[in-house]
Amino acid sequence: MSRPMPRLTSRPTSEGAYLAGLTPASVAGTRIGRRSLLKGTLAGAGLLGAAGLLAACGSGGSNPADAANASGALTFGSNQSDPVPRKAYEALVAGFNNPAIQVSTNTIDHNTFQENITNYLQGQPDDVFTWFAGYRMRFFAQQGLVGDVSDVWSSITGASEALKQQATGEDGKQYFIPFDYYPWAVFYRPSLFAARGYTPPKTLDEFVALATRMRQDGLTPIAFGDKDGWPAMGTFDQLNLRINGYQFHADLMAGKQAWDSAKVKAVFDTWRRLLPLHQEAALGRTWQEAAQTLQRKQAGTYLLGMFVGQQFSPGADLDDLDFFPFPEIDPSIGTDAVEAPIDGFMMAARPKNEAAAKKFLGYLATAPAQATYIKSDPTVIATSSSADTSGYTKLQKKAVEYISSAKSISQFMDRDTRPDFASTVMIPALQQFIGNPNDIDGLTRSIESQKKTIFTN
Amino acid sequence: MTAQPDTAAGPPGPGGTGPAPAHPPARGRRVRVLTRTDVVVVSLMVAIPTLLVLILVWFPALVTVALSFTSWNGVGSVSSIRVVGTANYVNVATNYPPFWPALRHNLIWLGTLFVVATPLGVFLAVLLDKEMRFSRFYQTAIYLPVVLSLALIGFIWQLIYSRDQGLLNAVLGTTVDWYGDPRYNLWAALVAASWKHVGYVMLLYLAGLKAVDPTLREAARIDGASERQTFFSVVFPVMRPINVIVLVITVIEALRAFDLVWVINKGRNGLETIATLVTQNVIGEASRIGFGSSMATIMLLISSVFVIIYLTILMRQERRQ
Repeated sequence: MSRPMPRLTSRPTSEGAYLAGLTPASVAGTRIGRRSLLKGTLAGAGLLGAAGLLAACGSGGSNPADAANASGALTFGSNQSDPVPRKAYEALVAGFNNPAIQVSTNTIDHNTFQENITNYLQGQPDDVFTWFAGYRMRFFAQQGLVGDVSDVWSSITGASEALKQQATGEDGKQYFIPFDYYPWAVFYRPSLFAARGYTPPKTLDEFVALATRMRQDGLTPIAFGDKDGWPAMGTFDQLNLRINGYQFHADLMAGKQAWDSAKVKAVFDTWRRLLPLHQEAALGRTWQEAAQTLQRKQAGTYLLGMFVGQQFSPGADLDDLDFFPFPEIDPSIGTDAVEAPIDGFMMAARPKNEAAAKKFLGYLATAPAQATYIKSDPTVIATSSSADTSGYTKLQKKAVEYISSAKSISQFMDRDTRPDFASTVMIPALQQFIGNPNDIDGLTRSIESQKKTIFTN
Repeated sequence: MTAQPDTAAGPPGPGGTGPAPAHPPARGRRVRVLTRTDVVVVSLMVAIPTLLVLILVWFPALVTVALSFTSWNGVGSVSSIRVVGTANYVNVATNYPPFWPALRHNLIWLGTLFVVATPLGVFLAVLLDKEMRFSRFYQTAIYLPVVLSLALIGFIWQLIYSRDQGLLNAVLGTTVDWYGDPRYNLWAALVAASWKHVGYVMLLYLAGLKAVDPTLREAARIDGASERQTFFSVVFPVMRPINVIVLVITVIEALRAFDLVWVINKGRNGLETIATLVTQNVIGEASRIGFGSSMATIMLLISSVFVIIYLTILMRQERRQ
């Protein structure tokens, strides 16, 4: 499933570039069908095999984890296949600057990497590779497919307790090194708000009042595009976090709560009330198109991750982008749960060069390493609290403030729950809800009954 | 036994040491004898394709059928596969909302190609066979979509169908969400698919028409048959092999409908087909291997129905000849 990862690195400058952006990334450039997927897998396997050979040639690979004397070859699997982040990763690897360890990077197409992760981990994975926090990380840890990096964590400074919790598997050990993250919130253009005399709402009632006013002013109150299926998960998550709180979200995603309960129905019910204020015909629109209506000031607000900034050109355009937390719905729940998906790194279960891998992971957790990457992407922030924020944009600084105020950090529906449930049950269900929001009972019953067949496995 | 040459009997067995035939050829009729090299070559030519078909077609197909009765998330060894009986099939039929729409979409796809696109392609081929002016140009223009990749076709039609910037809405003055509204998007996709299919059928049929003996038509014309009668009573029956190929291609195209809808929106929201559901469940992070396999098996069964019908017709006609 495609997820909100930085993809387009800048606002398209021509219509051609814009239209090219409409083609799903999985087919842009290369045509991915069943055959080419297979080919991709084979090519990937070949690549990995070559990587394994390369690593085997290196010396010191058999050393036990002794980070002090780490040396030899190290392979690094990167899913940053887009030009700008790819370059930033090159700079990141170059910044490692350890003459004893030769890091070779295998860049794999972003979607291919994600879709083949199961095969990748069971084949010959690179020593260190990109992944994200959440259920899937814990699942792989439980299956013994990724390596324990608890001893790397003992040397990490500037990582909050919430981050450490997100990096921890079911057995209490750490399996993940956080690198960067970004918040989900309601984005708006301050210049538009100033011109019209709008103020960011604090509660849902204020938000509804503001949105109603926007509609009277001829604006689309809330931009919305759900062609790819996952953006609606963000809306569900925000409503659920505000109505039922973080713990319920976590339990619901873990399959411990019923989807046809009154609490979930309340979420859908509130959403149904808000739906007329959303941009219509959302199922045919990508998030990029929806973001452009915000950029052109045709829409007043847009609930999305901070990557919405990729549709704004750097400089004055991007500076005129701000956000407010999704408003409070229940005062006893408040707004202290923040959805902030964390990207980072993991180590293979049986790395060929464990000492070097751990040394490299330790480097990736440091503030300077993260700063090297963040420079290339102004829509994410470093996870290290000691990262130098002087180069941050106004938006990034606000994101730091917002996330650090959070009492709990959620990931995202497709990261917090089983991927099979998210992609084969929730995407169709949410799209069905957007198309026909009136049958909440039938919808939630169907979700719950499908959930039971998936979560028993 | 008379002195008559025995044409029914095969060549003598290859057990002989030399290539010399046991009986001299009678009256210039040559009895071919396989040399050892021939035997080796023929065996290899039979064995290698058979092996490839067994390994690449039959083995995966049978494994898919076997997996459809199991539950497996793709992680771990073969021993972690759990047999669950027909639970997957029950789930697909009763507890998976996209399944029945997907099946319906495949059938609509088949019906539309069969009723609209294929006859249109045949009609265009008949027109182009008339050697009219610029027929080369028309041929190329109609065939062009077949050369384009489906990813490109999806993109071209996106320019036409886009709700906010598309050509169609600009011309009609509407704001219909052609690709996003589940009421329309299947038909929008079918227009794009037919666009390609028409060209394909046209070219196949045109090649067939060119091969029809012109004296047949001449004879029909002399007998006073109209153009329509000539086509339906003379040309069409003669074209039987091509007709069968076109029919088979139409069925195959409809059952494997995948690329285009995947390009449009990954086969969701009104564009579900069995192939996209299989892909969504088996490939990618979802890894519901058993569940996806059960849908693949259902697709295999549906294809088998058409294969059986096709073979029955073919065999019956061969017997009649």
